[in-house]
Amino acid sequence: MEATIKRAPVQYTGKWHPKKFALVLAMAGIIMMFSALTSAYIVRKAAGNWLEFKLPALFLYNTLVLIASSVTAHFAYRAYNREEVSTYRMLTAVTFGLGVLFLVLQVVAWNQLKAIGVPLDGNPSGSFIYVISGTHAAHVLGGVGALFLGLKTAFGPYKHSSGRKLSIQLVNTYWHFVDVLWIYLIIFFILQ
Amino acid sequence: MANTRTYDEDVLTEEHGFEDHFHDHHHGDKYQTSFLTHYIFSQDHKIIARQFLITGMFWGLVGALMSVIFRLQVGFPEESLSWIKPLLGKWITVNEEGFGTLAPEFYYALVTMHGTILVFFVLTAGLSGTFSNLLIPFQVGARDMASPLLNMFSYWFFFLAGVIMFYSLFLSTGPFAGGWTAYPPLSILPQASSGSGAGMTLWTLSLVLFVVSVLLGGINYVTTILNMRTKGMNMWRMPLTIWAFFITAILGILSFPVLAAGFFLLMCDRTLGTSFYISEIFVGGQALENVGGSPILYQHLFWFLGHPEVYIIILPAMGLVSEVLAVHSRKPIFGYKAMVFSMLAIGFLSFIVWAHHMFMSGVNPFLSNFFVVFTLIIAVPSAVKVFNWITTLYKGNIRYTAASLFAIGFVSMFISGGLTGIFLGNSTLDIQLHDTYFVVAHFHIVMGVAAFFGMFAGVYHWFPRMFGRFMNETLGKVHFWGTLVGAYAVFWPMHYLGMAGVPRRYYSFDNFDTFAHFDNMNKFITIAAMVVFALQVLFVINFFYSIFKGKVQKTKNPWGATTLEWTAPIDAPHGNWPGKIPAVHRWPYDYGKDGEDFIPQIAPLAEGEKDHGH
Repeated sequence: MEATIKRAPVQYTGKWHPKKFALVLAMAGIIMMFSALTSAYIVRKAAGNWLEFKLPALFLYNTLVLIASSVTAHFAYRAYNREEVSTYRMLTAVTFGLGVLFLVLQVVAWNQLKAIGVPLDGNPSGSFIYVISGTHAAHVLGGVGALFLGLKTAFGPYKHSSGRKLSIQLVNTYWHFVDVLWIYLIIFFILQ
Repeated sequence: MANTRTYDEDVLTEEHGFEDHFHDHHHGDKYQTSFLTHYIFSQDHKIIARQFLITGMFWGLVGALMSVIFRLQVGFPEESLSWIKPLLGKWITVNEEGFGTLAPEFYYALVTMHGTILVFFVLTAGLSGTFSNLLIPFQVGARDMASPLLNMFSYWFFFLAGVIMFYSLFLSTGPFAGGWTAYPPLSILPQASSGSGAGMTLWTLSLVLFVVSVLLGGINYVTTILNMRTKGMNMWRMPLTIWAFFITAILGILSFPVLAAGFFLLMCDRTLGTSFYISEIFVGGQALENVGGSPILYQHLFWFLGHPEVYIIILPAMGLVSEVLAVHSRKPIFGYKAMVFSMLAIGFLSFIVWAHHMFMSGVNPFLSNFFVVFTLIIAVPSAVKVFNWITTLYKGNIRYTAASLFAIGFVSMFISGGLTGIFLGNSTLDIQLHDTYFVVAHFHIVMGVAAFFGMFAGVYHWFPRMFGRFMNETLGKVHFWGTLVGAYAVFWPMHYLGMAGVPRRYYSFDNFDTFAHFDNMNKFITIAAMVVFALQVLFVINFFYSIFKGKVQKTKNPWGATTLEWTAPIDAPHGNWPGKIPAVHRWPYDYGKDGEDFIPQIAPLAEGEKDHGH
């Protein structure tokens, strides 16, 4: 009998909220996708016939926009928890705005890349930049969509509930994730 | 202490179950308000499982029928095929003497679609989709999946993928015909073959939707297993089915995004003029502008999914077989933990062997050595599993039902097909054997027939759980013996063809005098294939007949199994258990313990009794 008691019974619901856990799994899938793309980049580069060029600096500066939005997202969540309604609303709006700004600046950066003679359909070294940063932008766009829903909620009647808290946590987790993903990608582009 | 306990599931669940206040909030049945939301857009895992199964069976018939048609071409090239003209239309050309010939490009389309349909739609969605949905919530003791809504989407994305693929079969230019692996340049240049245009566009679209379906499903399965287990159900008390679905889902989550990335680059090459996979090429009387692409890159990305994919197919079958063998031999599964660890090892190794599909693609031979070694190491956990299945059967009180026969047949097929894997895993032998019928024989036995046997074992065994009736046992046994003998008759001779160097996928061997003496062998294979196909039709008839007219299930636990799905009412509502959720007190393989036939997982431990499951 003792043998069975020494291990505490597993709770019906685990430590993690199922939705959070599902998000982690989805992020694992996304990580695999970008690993595949960057691995393809390395393999293709090693094969030769590879155009070397300088990446427009805007890609690098744009990283700061995304990092800033992660910071504001975090403080918006903190303000929500402290029931500082106006700060929460303001920071949520700023986060959303920075997210949109990042996407706009990425489009500008792609145009700069094209202007320096690295088009999408040229040497694969350029095509990879477009496709990888474009795939990333698509994931950011998904995050911006989620932020928009959060914005709508924020500017509606304020309510402090575990459900809303969870929603903000989920959106923020994903948002920090696409942020870190971009930092990885920009370092990868610079080092490669 | 023999026979001192009673196993009235209702009493046990009521006395020891877990109260989750299911009835305090009355949304439990809100999804069953109308026909449409109950049977069509259902969020109930039991309905979704049946949807996956029946859709999979439809695709199974379509895919198998295709193989019969192209086998007719290979086995009887001198016979007229004009009688299939009503079905295939312009793909059969009939000359003045009334002799009908299958168009070569459609032969390749049939081979391509047969592979795509069977690998993805039948053996991934139809097998893993069906049984993960049916068994995960039941066997871990959950009301439903973590997200029933995403689970419903998982099915409908699969359905949509199927609709698009089905539509592509009727294109005037034909469906994609460049092989199920969709290697460039056939998959990129519309001018490369008639199926490379619209056919390939729809193929890619369909498979991208399919990837979404697999990911939504897989995320749900893993989350449900890790977060929704009932009280007492620790990981070491999970049936091997659940372990198998768990590892399968993880493989899917990690490998399908890589395929998506590969497809994404492919689409860019097709539509945006990039050159990831195609290099300087002269096609259709014209030199294209593409520079610097590498078709090998696609192969790497494809097989990084492609190899885990074969385990995504076979692991669920292994789980189903483990469970069915234990129940029907009335013995605990031999080496439960070894079974789990070997599945984990197979899952891990499946990610570092992909280039063994590319030995002859110009991969560096030194690199090949690495992949040879890891490929051969997979034989170790596979052998552990085979050993454990056989020792589970050893001295068991085996009940030879259709389900257990198919489970035993699975072990036979897995051994036969697995051994030839050791041949093919050697890069030197691959010089002779690659792209021959030896490869066809190997993978059809080990992941085609074997996975089907696992699926059949599952269908016969869990049919009462799905429909409250039994399938006809006699027809089931005819189905088993015919398929066992027939499948070996189809694929065993192919080893000889392959060793002699007969290449796969060829439309005709008329110009190869070397292979002329194989004509009769090819006829034999084709006849056997038609017999096997007829037996699968018999299975489908038995299936649908039994849904309406089969023997009615009278007791909750007809097989005397220990797992939780048999504690729920025969006609289980959405939410599975009407009252409390059963709590678990022991591992799932207490058969023949202390002189008792079986002890269900919900039975509390007697005083001084020790549980295996921790």
